[in-house]
Amino acid sequence: MRIGLVLTGLILLIIAIGPLLAPHSHSAIVGAPYQPPSSLAMLGTDYLGEDVLSRVLEGGRSIVWVSFVGTLLGVGVGSAIGMTAAYSGGVVDEVLMRAMDVLRAFPPMVLILLLVSMAQAELALMPLIVAIAWVPQVARVAYGAAKEVVAREFVESAETLGASRLRIVRREVLPNVMTPLMVEFGLRLTWSIGIVTTMSFLGVGLQPPAADWGLMIRENYQGLALQPWGVVVPALCVAAFTFGTNLMAEGFARTVARVSPAAETPKEVTV
Amino acid sequence: MTAVTVKGLRVDLDGRGVDVVDLVDFEIAAGEVLGLVGESGSGKTTAGVTLLGDARRGATIAGGSIVLGGQEVVGLGQGQLAKLRGSSVAYVPQDPAMALNPALRLRRQLDELFEFHRPDMPEPDRDARIKATMREVGLDDSDAFLARFPHQLSGGQQQRVTLALAFLLRPRVIVLDEPTTGLDVTTQARVLATVRDLCASHQVAALYVTHDMAVVAGLAHRVMVMYAGRIVEAGPSSRIFGEPVHPYTRALIAAVPQVSERRELTAIPGDTPMPGRRPGGCAFHPRCKHADPACATTVPEPVEVVPGHIVRCLHATRFAAEPAQPAPALTAGRTGERGEVLLEVTGVDAFHGRKQVLHDVSLTLAKGECLALVGESGSGKTTLARCVIGLHRNHTGTMTFQGAPLATRARDRSRESRRAIQYIFQSPYNSLNPRRSIGETLREPLKVLFGMSAAKAAAEVAEVLERVSLSPAAAASYPDQLSGGERQRVAIARALVCRPEVLICDEITSALDVSVQASIVRLLRRLQDEEGLALLFVTHNLGLVRAVADHVVAMRAGRIVEGGPVDDVLDRPGDQFTRDLIAATPELSAVPTGDPSRLPLSLEDPT
Repeated sequence: MRIGLVLTGLILLIIAIGPLLAPHSHSAIVGAPYQPPSSLAMLGTDYLGEDVLSRVLEGGRSIVWVSFVGTLLGVGVGSAIGMTAAYSGGVVDEVLMRAMDVLRAFPPMVLILLLVSMAQAELALMPLIVAIAWVPQVARVAYGAAKEVVAREFVESAETLGASRLRIVRREVLPNVMTPLMVEFGLRLTWSIGIVTTMSFLGVGLQPPAADWGLMIRENYQGLALQPWGVVVPALCVAAFTFGTNLMAEGFARTVARVSPAAETPKEVTV
Repeated sequence: MTAVTVKGLRVDLDGRGVDVVDLVDFEIAAGEVLGLVGESGSGKTTAGVTLLGDARRGATIAGGSIVLGGQEVVGLGQGQLAKLRGSSVAYVPQDPAMALNPALRLRRQLDELFEFHRPDMPEPDRDARIKATMREVGLDDSDAFLARFPHQLSGGQQQRVTLALAFLLRPRVIVLDEPTTGLDVTTQARVLATVRDLCASHQVAALYVTHDMAVVAGLAHRVMVMYAGRIVEAGPSSRIFGEPVHPYTRALIAAVPQVSERRELTAIPGDTPMPGRRPGGCAFHPRCKHADPACATTVPEPVEVVPGHIVRCLHATRFAAEPAQPAPALTAGRTGERGEVLLEVTGVDAFHGRKQVLHDVSLTLAKGECLALVGESGSGKTTLARCVIGLHRNHTGTMTFQGAPLATRARDRSRESRRAIQYIFQSPYNSLNPRRSIGETLREPLKVLFGMSAAKAAAEVAEVLERVSLSPAAAASYPDQLSGGERQRVAIARALVCRPEVLICDEITSALDVSVQASIVRLLRRLQDEEGLALLFVTHNLGLVRAVADHVVAMRAGRIVEGGPVDDVLDRPGDQFTRDLIAATPELSAVPTGDPSRLPLSLEDPT
């Protein structure tokens, strides 16, 4: 957990102050392509002759932004759908959860490629696309956790008072499924980073000349033998971020399990 | 002949050095039923399962000796224990549905015992023994019945199967862990009779673990009362129930409601202490009204007040000389004159899916009255209560509150009727949101019904906590920091906070210990006297009906079979069903089996 905090902190630091430290503009040509490190470009140059260091320092923003906002949105909407379905039951339950099942039939990556092919890969739209990929999965977890809660008597007690559906879901159900949802958020965040990087690498994410770690790996892998830094450094950054968030999520899940041994762990429930 | 001897038994929680059970000595003769009575957290089940050489997960048998048929059980390896269990000592669990393997037919489950313990027994003998045992426990011995799965049996039949499993190999000792708790009284009475007959005819020594004083009163020859891990009193049933000496035993007996007469129920202040939080000296001293400073420091030694009657109390000899004051009998219930009718239920039919569970049910509830709704499980009494509050929507017929019709769903009802009728659920462990503080829980009705702000509600919350005898400081705590009794008080407070006129109580004391039940019942009566509340009191416990209710309605299979003032119905029941129910309810006064002269003489083993 501590290592996770350090790694994640390091990456967030790069993202926060990196652009201020960048010696060059991320899209300025500073020399010939694939130059080894020199005093001008400390990590050498990329396939166009742009400065690798500057691009690394600036290229984390998009990944962190897209994966964080996308995950937040996905977990938020997914759990809202899952809890609503679990609490309402009947037709609402069937319609919502069967729709989620249909979406879940697609692997997330396929779903994303499908969505990207329908919409433009703009920075503003990408979190939305990531979110849509996660909604059905999260909805299933939230549904499973909430289904146990809604059967309990304190929910019925709120019903006898005539509290609204929204109030019951928000005040009675949500606090009791918060733990699995937090764990879910951590895990989905880790996977989001992988997915966002993959999108850029496949060329369906951000387009040149934007600076982005995934995109850099795509741009420079053909010169790997000539100038490895153009690939290795962004790849290491992505690895450190993924690893860091993953360790944090796991550490959190364990802390929760220790605090309340009977705590709800995320589980997929089949109906 | 002594079947099992236990000396100086101690069970510790691993790693914490905390004793769950300590200083336990007893022996059981062949054919004798020994009752072990205690409230939740007293360590009675832990003490019971040690006879099988077992300590529950996280605990170990830390000392003492258990000699079973000449063999020391403490310290045996797992392999030897496995041989012992099922053949020399058997266990009957509380919940048969959990104990039976749902995937195996009955014959297979019974046959497994032979495979493990008597592999060389020939098949025809096994079959004969299985069928004989099935008959003994009062079950059908046909092949068709033995081919059934556990889920095809009723709860009572399932419990009989676990009895058959226990008695199949004719063990010397059998441990029964509250085997009738989940059963209806009429079923319970039949299962208890079976246990008694089997122990007598096969000369089996039985340890009957229970929280229900009335059950052991009619069943056990001798009784031990356990408190905070120690035996505080032990003796023949007639002594324990007729002339109890220990203040705890006396208080416990005074807290049990009786069907036959209306008595003031006396609550024991405070709660049963859990392992690790047990006070020093005599563990009962903080709740004991006779305690003096010595009680807090000295662990009392057992005193034999008369031969065979042992009391662990510093003042045992003094108490033995002065007999227990019987709980004051209450004269009649409150007067028969009825106030204004608040709630009227007319011709209600209710359904679960397509199955009809209520048939043409009608009743009225008047202001300031307590109407008890009694019946066995599945009689529809809870469904009726849920229809009234608007949680069970699938019903027809009319319900009115002060003349105005009530919608079938709580959410569609007027704010006034949602305020005026409140519901208290059976289990306080399930009816409070574990993630919200008591204060938040109590503010919720005020917020939902009146839109009251948290600051304004704080005063109301403090006041309602005092009305249910809790400290206003409890508002800051969470449900898991409270005991069962305190939680149920919070649940009552939640119902009271919006000043209702009708309270619907659904088996609200069935998850609580008797001493706590008594305090909840007293609380309800006080509220009724002070605030003129009308109560619809759903219960299966006829003793409670006598203690709290003015009128009673008995239900069977979704129909009302009898109704009227409590004393009329309980003293002169008109319907056969009510008569059976009353006859089957165990009573403390029914003690004759405790007479040692009636101990069963050794009978020939019929096999």
